[in-house]
Amino acid sequence: MTPSRRQPGLAYKVYELLSSMRFAIGLLTIIAIASVIGTVLKQNEPYPNYAFEFGQFWFTAFEWLGLYDVYHSGWFLTILAFLVVSTSLCIVRNGPGFLREMKSFREKASDTSLELMKHSTLVAGEVDREAAGRYLTAQGFRLRPGEREDGWVLAGKKGAANKLGYFFAHIALVVICIGGLMDGNLPLKLGELFGTVVPETRDLPQSQIPAHSRLGSGNLSFRGNVTIGESRSADVVFLNSGKGYLVQELPFIVTLKKFHVDYYSNGMPKLFASDIVVTDKATGKETAATVKVNHPLVVDGVAIYQASFGDGGSPLEFKAWNLAAPQAQPVKLEGTSLATQPLRVNGQSYALEFGELRVFNIEEMGGKPQSASRSLAERMHDAREVKQEKNLKNLGPSITFKLRDAQGQATEFQHYMAPFQEEGASYLVAGMRSQVSEPFQYLRLPLDADQSLATFMRLRSALLDPSLYDEIARRTGARARAGNAISAQMQGEFENSVKWILARFAQGGFVALEKFLDERVPKEKRAEVAQTYVKILQGTVPDVMAVANARAGLPPPPSDKATYRFLLDGLVATSALNDYRAPLFLQLEGFQQVQASGLQLTRSPGKTLVYLGSLMLVIGIILMFYIREVRIWIRVRNGETRLALTSNRHNRDLDADFARHAKALQQLVRGA
Amino acid sequence: MELASTTFDPKPPFYRQLRLTDWLYALLVLSAAVFTFYRYGSYLDGYEAGILAGSAIGLIGLGWFWKAWRWYFPLSGLVALAAIGLYQGDLGRAQTAFGLKYLLSSQSSIMWMCTLFFLATLLYWMALLQRSELLGRIAAGLTWSASVAGLAGMFTRWYESYLIGPDIGHIPVSNLYEVFVLFCLITALMYLYYEARFAARQMGAFVLLVVSAAVGFILWYTFDRQAHEIQPLIPALQSWWMKIHVPANFIGYGAFAIAAMLGVAELMVMRGWLASRLPPAEVLDEVMYKAIAVGFLFFTIATILGAMWAADAWGGYWSWDPKETWALIVWLNYAAWLHIRLVKGWRGAPLAWWAVGGLFVTSFAFLGVNMFLSGLHSYGTL
Repeated sequence: MTPSRRQPGLAYKVYELLSSMRFAIGLLTIIAIASVIGTVLKQNEPYPNYAFEFGQFWFTAFEWLGLYDVYHSGWFLTILAFLVVSTSLCIVRNGPGFLREMKSFREKASDTSLELMKHSTLVAGEVDREAAGRYLTAQGFRLRPGEREDGWVLAGKKGAANKLGYFFAHIALVVICIGGLMDGNLPLKLGELFGTVVPETRDLPQSQIPAHSRLGSGNLSFRGNVTIGESRSADVVFLNSGKGYLVQELPFIVTLKKFHVDYYSNGMPKLFASDIVVTDKATGKETAATVKVNHPLVVDGVAIYQASFGDGGSPLEFKAWNLAAPQAQPVKLEGTSLATQPLRVNGQSYALEFGELRVFNIEEMGGKPQSASRSLAERMHDAREVKQEKNLKNLGPSITFKLRDAQGQATEFQHYMAPFQEEGASYLVAGMRSQVSEPFQYLRLPLDADQSLATFMRLRSALLDPSLYDEIARRTGARARAGNAISAQMQGEFENSVKWILARFAQGGFVALEKFLDERVPKEKRAEVAQTYVKILQGTVPDVMAVANARAGLPPPPSDKATYRFLLDGLVATSALNDYRAPLFLQLEGFQQVQASGLQLTRSPGKTLVYLGSLMLVIGIILMFYIREVRIWIRVRNGETRLALTSNRHNRDLDADFARHAKALQQLVRGA
Repeated sequence: MELASTTFDPKPPFYRQLRLTDWLYALLVLSAAVFTFYRYGSYLDGYEAGILAGSAIGLIGLGWFWKAWRWYFPLSGLVALAAIGLYQGDLGRAQTAFGLKYLLSSQSSIMWMCTLFFLATLLYWMALLQRSELLGRIAAGLTWSASVAGLAGMFTRWYESYLIGPDIGHIPVSNLYEVFVLFCLITALMYLYYEARFAARQMGAFVLLVVSAAVGFILWYTFDRQAHEIQPLIPALQSWWMKIHVPANFIGYGAFAIAAMLGVAELMVMRGWLASRLPPAEVLDEVMYKAIAVGFLFFTIATILGAMWAADAWGGYWSWDPKETWALIVWLNYAAWLHIRLVKGWRGAPLAWWAVGGLFVTSFAFLGVNMFLSGLHSYGTL
């Protein structure tokens, strides 16, 4: 190296740094580390979630650093931009030299340098020039002859495409990054920075969202979501943007005709599909298509994807049983899922907030016993089995709702519509919880032969009605006397006990009886007394039912096993309803499912560039790693022939190739 | 002179080097592909037919390039066909037919693969420590057998999935269990190629360690988690992209794993441990470079295919999903490794250490993302 005559300027130093490989490697490292942050910290969550998780101080600090959307933060994009600049400059810096080298044959290489090459050998005798040329051509070398004063040289090369690989791979990176930048939300970020675009944070109807939160349909690149109910339309999508959202206008109207969802027999989803019609706003042209996962529809450069689905607000029909007035007949109540309606019961005001209607509830109903208890043979058997038997059951439609009282206290309920069958008996299952974090607690209400709650409600009304206790106690006492379970003297006392127990039970179910035992009965006697209470309750419940039926003008219940079981279940359910924190029991009677489909709409003009860049990248890598650039020289002078060979990669193949060429040359020399 | 130019033309064009067996193999693969198309063509969409044709060409090319493949692949197919024959269309026979129960049902095959890989590891180490050529040959034979059992098991599993239900059937590369088997297979096969190419059987002791670790995971996953059960495909996975994206990715992972284990071997040689028994550091270095080069190529292709699939399934070719981001990190890592080696000319210990570290980055992208991070690409959980 000769020292340069003038000091390099600052601009040149910067150029040299930016185009250097250590700078590029440094950038790659920083990008890799920065990328990790975005995978550890969940990105693009609603801001309140972050504030809750980190506390106000760190929330603000992280927000300032852009950590909630690392990959679109200014600093990350700056690093990416530097990578593009660095790679471009690398091409500018090394490109011309590489091009020169690709063209050159180095036929002027000095004898010393040929001699110093790692693969170089001298053969006595002169090779025939024509024959050597033919041989090298047959070996795939392109040749350039050179004349020297003391003889001649034949320079050959192959695999120049290796250098081409460098260009392909590095230009590819620049192309991919430019494509990615086109699809990135850089213009949006700039708009937000300069205040021309302001994300909306309020929950407003779409039409009322101000213009500075709306993006025109001419917007080059976007990615937004919209949820459309069946038979509804949308002509905008919503873009998540930091604290709020933006509205992107579409050049067309999307109408959801129908949403389809299919399940496998094990309850896993099989198909999500939306039948949509896209109507162009300008021309009125309609395009009908079915959008499925993995099968988007592309209209006007906007791709429409199936992203999610849910309830779209289904009309519901309930039978409402007033629990405070057990004798009253149920009334019809109508509602719509995902909607809130006011409710006035027994003089109190409530808000009834319906949640999602779920038409299928496929659950695993307990499987095989778990690991420890299984024998080796069973384990081997299972290990061989690619299809495990599972006890799956579809529990049918369910609706969740919250009942919020005037004080704002809410209890959440989950009611199933279909009867739940167990050992021949049918039940209606209802879950309840007061905290979203808790699991639901379920109660089962027994259904009669008509699959109706009416019989149970009649039983309950009689159990809770003190005016009937005399009659009930009389009948139970008479039966006990007839069965010789009690003596005649005992009958009066027994009937009083029945009435007392019924009254206690009506106050608070089994819990009230237990409470009494705990307060009044010595510990050692409690179990015995409790058993007596239960026996008396069980003995009297058929009479409760009979009296209830008689009051309703119905025949007495049959005295069979199934009825008895129903009555016992009725006792349990009546007791459990004491903890049911709603004045009404809403029995889901019917619904009309209206589904909603979540669609994602994107326009990404950079995609073509990214794909083109990707193709170039693969071609570049193949050329760089699998094309070996080899140069060869045959130099004849003074009755001697030198063979020299060099390559940009040294490996065992090269040694073998050189040996082969050397042998061939010797034969050629001899042949001459 | 005419005579001379013909005698020393020791490297004839590629097709002139092909023997009868090469052509027979090609004919076999081609007829299998034609038969498949003739029989099942109506179920394939255009892309799948394209993949079938591409696979046939690729398999022929692979057989011509790597001669051992010419018997390995048909043999595995034959074993799978035997299993299919034994099934007689009834999945229940996996527990009753002797041949299926103990040998050929996919799970039995895979369990045999696991056992044989363990044995091969053991024997590779014995061969290394005792400098025994014979033990080394047996170890290589066991590795080949394990690979046959594994591939046949995968084929049989593919068939079994259709026995469970025509709508459930799919190529077995859809969950963590299946891709772990694929990982073992690809790593072992790539290693067998390098072993023959570089006549360095001692590398097996190291490479098979990582395969054994994966086998250990498979066993735990099977016996403790019952993860071997065939699950139907969720809508996001119902795509022909899966057939090419997943295998390409695992060629990458397998190659990086081999490179890391060779890095360990190279570092040991440099410290003088087992140096007299292992191949010279230069050879290990060269194989390590070759593995990373091929892994990088396939990992690049797989990531691009993944991006294209994401564009169809998730609404964008790049969403900075944790899996995508970690794929980028892995890619950047090996891109930097290759730059340092090729441009700066580094060799030896630093790069060996780096290749070993690379395995941790790769493992995190493969497993860690599934375990610790949530995202769109949640197809295998522990």
